Amino acid sequence: MGLFKYILQRILLTIPMVLILLSVVFLVLRLMPGDPVLAMLGGRNVSPELIEQKRHEMGLDKPLLTQYVEYLGGIFRGDFGKSSRTGRPVLYELFHRLPATLELAIWGMFFASLFGITTGILAATRADHPVDHSVRVFHIGSFALPIFWVGLMLQVIFGVKLGWFPVAGRLGGRYLFTFERITGFYLLDAALQGDGKLVLEVAKHLVLPAVTLGLAQAGLLGRITRASMLEVLDADYVTTARSKGLAERLVVLKHALRNALIPIVTVLGLQFAILMGGAVLTETVFSWPGIAGFLVRSLDARDWFALQGTIAFIGIFIATINLVVDILYSFIDPRVRY
Amino acid sequence: MSRWLVRIVLWPWRALARGKRAIRHQTLLKIGLVTVSFFILMALVCGPAGRGRYGLLPFAPPYHPERSYPEFPRLAPPSADHWMGTDHLQRDVFSRVIAGGWAPLAVAFASIAIAMSVGSLIGWISGYVGGWLDRGLSLTMDAIYSFPSMILAIALVAVIGTGITPMIAAISFVYVPTYFRITRAEVLRVREQTFVEAARAVGAPGPRILLRHIAPNTVNAIMAVSSFNIADAILTEAALSFLGYGLPPPAPDWGFDIQNGQRFLQSGYWWLITFPGLMILALSLGFGLIGEGISDMVNPKRRRKKAA
Repeated sequence: MGLFKYILQRILLTIPMVLILLSVVFLVLRLMPGDPVLAMLGGRNVSPELIEQKRHEMGLDKPLLTQYVEYLGGIFRGDFGKSSRTGRPVLYELFHRLPATLELAIWGMFFASLFGITTGILAATRADHPVDHSVRVFHIGSFALPIFWVGLMLQVIFGVKLGWFPVAGRLGGRYLFTFERITGFYLLDAALQGDGKLVLEVAKHLVLPAVTLGLAQAGLLGRITRASMLEVLDADYVTTARSKGLAERLVVLKHALRNALIPIVTVLGLQFAILMGGAVLTETVFSWPGIAGFLVRSLDARDWFALQGTIAFIGIFIATINLVVDILYSFIDPRVRY
Repeated sequence: MSRWLVRIVLWPWRALARGKRAIRHQTLLKIGLVTVSFFILMALVCGPAGRGRYGLLPFAPPYHPERSYPEFPRLAPPSADHWMGTDHLQRDVFSRVIAGGWAPLAVAFASIAIAMSVGSLIGWISGYVGGWLDRGLSLTMDAIYSFPSMILAIALVAVIGTGITPMIAAISFVYVPTYFRITRAEVLRVREQTFVEAARAVGAPGPRILLRHIAPNTVNAIMAVSSFNIADAILTEAALSFLGYGLPPPAPDWGFDIQNGQRFLQSGYWWLITFPGLMILALSLGFGLIGEGISDMVNPKRRRKKAA
């Protein structure tokens, strides 16, 4: 199978997946016990007329099938509905917040790799040494970390007690109104403005949320790295490299790690979905103005269409990421195409 | 069917008995079992005991976890009287922490049990029947599976409502695809083995082959992941309760207590969030360690690697 054909096939497979996901979102939100209108009006003492009127406004009095077709049609036209909380189209709100979430996710991924891959290599090169055991405990512990709690503890220790890092938002108050938003990626924006102090300010705000997100992901990456490295370190070409008299550092980093990276990269890509889940809590804890924070605030405000739109958006977004990862992966490892 | 129940209920003990020699060196499994037993015991002894009372013993929990005591100091740090300090409503944090463990445990056990039953039932049928049914179900389950489970659980709870039952409903829904996938993969593997072919050759009807010959051979794989999933479900419960979708206040619930403590974090009142969080961590870790130990026992390749 050629590369082109593989990519085409992958794209064709993604479409029914996204359609099904959108349908599941729709069905679940409609068929679950619990009335969105009642929830939106938020109380028991609401007149039936008002409920009827609201239901009509939201289009919820139409037959389920009509609603479904309208919902899918809207998404195809890029119409995700209108947020009743902010009064703006949901899609606008989401795109406005996407860079914040992506910036957090990318740096979260960075810290996850930093903690995960380095400890994984460390454990693999010292298999069954006390170092290996303590790393393994760290990896298992990482799965058990309640991510919101980690964020709060980092805030207490490094924000409140030590005062090293700010505990909320992407920028300090005095920059809030002068900051020029170019790409929405604040670190990049600050660098583009050529202001060293501003870069530092943005970076300082990023550290705690990114480390929080990274710590919770480090375990999985670390375990994959350890297993993959152990396998590769057993391979013949590693023995050859060693017998040539290469320094152990070179053998591990150049010969072994490069080959061990293939499964690690796959996991990095697939981890994006988990990362988004973690981002909901991280953004809430750090008042980070991203998509996930928007979702939680929409829920609190009982903003029905914002909830439905955001979930559809995240679903499409993740399906796209998975598609891109798969295609990229077929470049790294040609075997998957066949 | 009753044979089934017996099999599932007895699974952990059978696994332990089978691995008696292995468990001697399973430090992780032992630590996990001790931790989890401790928490279950704590939940039984200190949890709600009917009519608004908590605890089976007069000293556990030492104070009523929901009651404000006017004579207590407000927001006092840990001391000999209040081991984990007091909160803004003059309640004893230690009492709340030890009484609040039953909700995460109950929610995690119930939702994983439901997800396991539903997911593996669909998985058995889908894997055995095959064809379009299987394709459609697999695609649907994969679509749900690819979606971030935490976000799905939050959205579901927001629609259904707050409290124990909605949390169980949401978390079990989220885990159905996990069990579906494992079970289906196992059915496909087992279906090709010779004893199934033999059963078919002697003319056993389809449902009998599925229930008697294939399904029992998938149970090990299903149970092996359940411990990890319970660990994860505990974190999800805590997160839902942190976001305010858990037990209604003033009932003690770790996640919600952390949310309460968040307001006082800027003033440096660390004890309000530290202790409930450590409990969540320890409980989830306990189940994680059990899962780790079981995988070590079940998977000989991993065991060898450890010994090498």
